[in-house]
Amino acid sequence: MNTPNTSDSNTPDGKVNLFQADMASRYRTDGIFQAITWTSIVIALLILAVLIIDVLMDGLPFINWNFLSNFPSRKPEQAGLLSALAGTIWVMVTVAVIAFPLGVGAGIFLEEFAEDNWFARAIEININNLAGVPSIIYGLLGLQVFVRLLGPNGWLFELTGIDITGGRSILTGALTLALLVLPIIIVSTRESLRAVPDSLRLAGFALGATRWQVVHNQILPIAIPGILTGTILALSRAIGETAPLITIGALTFISFLPENLQSPFTVLPIQIYNWVSRPQKDFHDLAAGGIIVLLVVLLVMNSTAVLLRNKLQKRF
Amino acid sequence: MNSDPTRLDSLWSPNRKASKRSESIVRFIFGAFALVSVATTIGIVGTLIFETFEFFQEVPFWNFLTDTQWTPLFKSAKFGIFVLISATMLTSTIAVTVALPLGLFAAICLSEYATPKTRQIIKPLLEVLAGIPSVVFGYFALLFVTPLLQNIVPGLQGFNALSAGLVLGVSITPLIASLSEDAIYAVPRSLRDGSYALGATKRETIISVVLPAALSGIVSSVILAVSRAIGETMIVTLAAGQNPTLGLNPFVPIMTMTAFIVQVSLGDTPAGSLAFKTIFAVGMTLFLITLVLNVFSFWFVRRFREKYD
Repeated sequence: MNTPNTSDSNTPDGKVNLFQADMASRYRTDGIFQAITWTSIVIALLILAVLIIDVLMDGLPFINWNFLSNFPSRKPEQAGLLSALAGTIWVMVTVAVIAFPLGVGAGIFLEEFAEDNWFARAIEININNLAGVPSIIYGLLGLQVFVRLLGPNGWLFELTGIDITGGRSILTGALTLALLVLPIIIVSTRESLRAVPDSLRLAGFALGATRWQVVHNQILPIAIPGILTGTILALSRAIGETAPLITIGALTFISFLPENLQSPFTVLPIQIYNWVSRPQKDFHDLAAGGIIVLLVVLLVMNSTAVLLRNKLQKRF
Repeated sequence: MNSDPTRLDSLWSPNRKASKRSESIVRFIFGAFALVSVATTIGIVGTLIFETFEFFQEVPFWNFLTDTQWTPLFKSAKFGIFVLISATMLTSTIAVTVALPLGLFAAICLSEYATPKTRQIIKPLLEVLAGIPSVVFGYFALLFVTPLLQNIVPGLQGFNALSAGLVLGVSITPLIASLSEDAIYAVPRSLRDGSYALGATKRETIISVVLPAALSGIVSSVILAVSRAIGETMIVTLAAGQNPTLGLNPFVPIMTMTAFIVQVSLGDTPAGSLAFKTIFAVGMTLFLITLVLNVFSFWFVRRFREKYD
């Protein structure tokens, strides 16, 4: 191949052409390269498949009614995740109630009301940076502010006698997670609002509507599927978070149901962590069962989000 | 208001005053909501600075940087933060070694080789991988990957940096893949056509034209992934162990910064104690490292982005 004196590499005037197109070997390398890129995708998807199959094989035998309706127990055969499931539902509803209005309101303000000045830009940079802060740092924030300052024996309690959060409670956990997912909701709200064409706003202004009337009556109804999709995705991020809740001191052994926002609580990922970190094999399989429940909840949430996006979203 | 049609003003009463008032109320409330994000930042920075300051009242800054042991809960407490940083570096390095080729090749494949139809199937599957909670990856690392590796690597301990790092790498692969793919996909077609016209093959075009053009986006995606790996908690806590040792041996238990915060949080640590302040000092270190990486990533994109119109 590399001998330069083959007949096709000689130019008409008899000089040796040093340039070798050598297409065959270049195409061969191309083929190898393409195979490598496909392999990397196959590897990633294979790992996903192995992970899910491993969890299903370990955990499926444990999924039954008792598992869903029993409290955690020191005996693996009696243990269930009722309190974790209840805690997860409590926390998620509270996170949604706190984070949805805050995030959507902030998104509307930044996209529709704020002028393009240093203040708006500072908030925008700030939100970008917040999205990159590790979740465990939010746990430290929650520990200091919601558990210590606003909880029992805290600074506010000593001043006024009011205990807002009740210490290491559902409300503390929900506030912490709400702050964690707020940037996601704000960003998705802004993107949904930006996707609504300006002509609709201008038409509204031309009819004499104020900015808020335009946003409220014309823009929001169109943007709401996108906003809801973003919110569900943000909640599905919050539902799997473990580290910040451990940091604020969510208990791992709870054998009662939460009664109000100030109750101590546990959630699915913490219960899973608790079971995984025990040495006995039986608890590991229970953890796999818990993971299946968690993944099913996530699957339901994410498919709802995708359905919302596909069915309700208008295109212009 | 509209009961008497003979009066002219009843036909049209826009009541501008009321709508302007509600406008400014809404504006004020939503503006306050937007400030919550600023308050969060102030809360995080304030909390970390306050407790870290308290921490350095008791532990000299120099010891924090130079001690070679990390034993804050022992009687003779030692606070060598580099013990924890080395562990975090170890797991993150293993993670990036896995995730960089995997994510980058996946991005190239999705953007350049996959048909639109296959893309539509593969991208959501990668998003599923990205959405798996970290505690699930932790389970996988501790109870599947470690036993598997113990068959191959003799002397691998039950807790080790290797399997934690490998699974951590898998968990950040979708991030690199999706952000890099955005960058590669954004490279205009005319550049590729130009390269083909010069006789380059597809691979040569990708490697010498497309990837350099998308480099800023790719680098920034990798930096963000590193930052994510450094802040990741559950995988390293579950699979890498709770044993603070200085060194870069991936086969033994170690303790990352995040794992230390979890260890202290699980115990009963009274507020105001030195252990309590320690987790904030560690948190501050973690926060600063990830902040520098994130800012650097943003700066890199802005500085080196190739613009094509």
